[in-house]
Amino acid sequence: MTERRPDGLTVLPSDVAPTDAIQVADFTPDLVDVGEHHLCPGCGEPIAIRAVMDGISLLGLADKCMAVFGIGCSTAFSNNLDVEVLQALHGRAPSVATGVIRMRPELAVFTIQGDGDMANEGLQEVLHAAARGENIVCIMLNNGVFGETGGHLTVTTTIGQRTKNTIEGRNAAEHGHPMRIAEMLAQIDGVGYVARGAVNDAGNVARTKRMIVDAFTAQQQQLGLSFVEILTMCPTGWFIPTDEAPAYLAETIAGTHAVGVLRSELT
Amino acid sequence: MTDQTVRGTVVIDVEACKGCDLCIDACKPGVLSMTTDETNTRGYRFAELSVGCTGCRACADVCPDFCFQVFRFHEPKSWSPEGGFS
Repeated sequence: MTERRPDGLTVLPSDVAPTDAIQVADFTPDLVDVGEHHLCPGCGEPIAIRAVMDGISLLGLADKCMAVFGIGCSTAFSNNLDVEVLQALHGRAPSVATGVIRMRPELAVFTIQGDGDMANEGLQEVLHAAARGENIVCIMLNNGVFGETGGHLTVTTTIGQRTKNTIEGRNAAEHGHPMRIAEMLAQIDGVGYVARGAVNDAGNVARTKRMIVDAFTAQQQQLGLSFVEILTMCPTGWFIPTDEAPAYLAETIAGTHAVGVLRSELT
Repeated sequence: MTDQTVRGTVVIDVEACKGCDLCIDACKPGVLSMTTDETNTRGYRFAELSVGCTGCRACADVCPDFCFQVFRFHEPKSWSPEGGFS
């Protein structure tokens, strides 16, 4: 049954499910199709989108939700989701979601955008949607690079972070300072819930799932715009090995973009 | 090697794995490892399980390619290099 590798490690068979055991986790999460996707090895976005889908599944919103995707690496993953998906122009997802929620107020409308999409291309869209108190959930996957566009820096790139055009690390004198989008949205009236999660370890993934559930609960209670920023790994854009990316996120990015709940109108 | 207690196990979808090493660091008991030379049909290294899994599901939580099904045994098993599971 067991085999021994050349380096002496014993390898247990792991291709069939045991019969005398209960299943505690599934590689085929609800609402995410199995099968390969074309995001890079070590990418944090599938983990983050899975957390979103698990939250929707937990609240039983699967058949009454509508996703609006922006443009970015995450868009490629929208084909793998078992929910209604609408594709918006670069940065315009909150405005498209506004149209959907005004016509179908009973739906749970949410947007998924990257940081380049939401913060660089269409920052005013989400700020104005927040100020109008649109009853939508906006998710921002923040890795500090324009992943799909070619790896440039974005406004959320932290000081010292490597990207294709800040290869020595971003420095404030040359490249300016990073923006903290969640803090910016938290001070706007009309916002029901603002939080920032991360997917660099299992504890943070579980925490992020709770934030997603709270954000959709606030949406269901019509408290206004809910915003969850999720820090994700991009080893390709940061030019580091995949196994170093979670620690790099904790050291370089989470220092500026602190993980936690920033505002909650939930009672 | 002495006898070891095994409380859970994982089923790994080898073909979905992209060899990103995230599960290796996430695994608290340290029982997952990447192959060194062997690859799947897409040319990626993949994760392998050795003795000592607790079924904590940390690997399934951090896997970007959804490779893991996690199981916890009804009764913990003991494993020895000579006799295997008992």
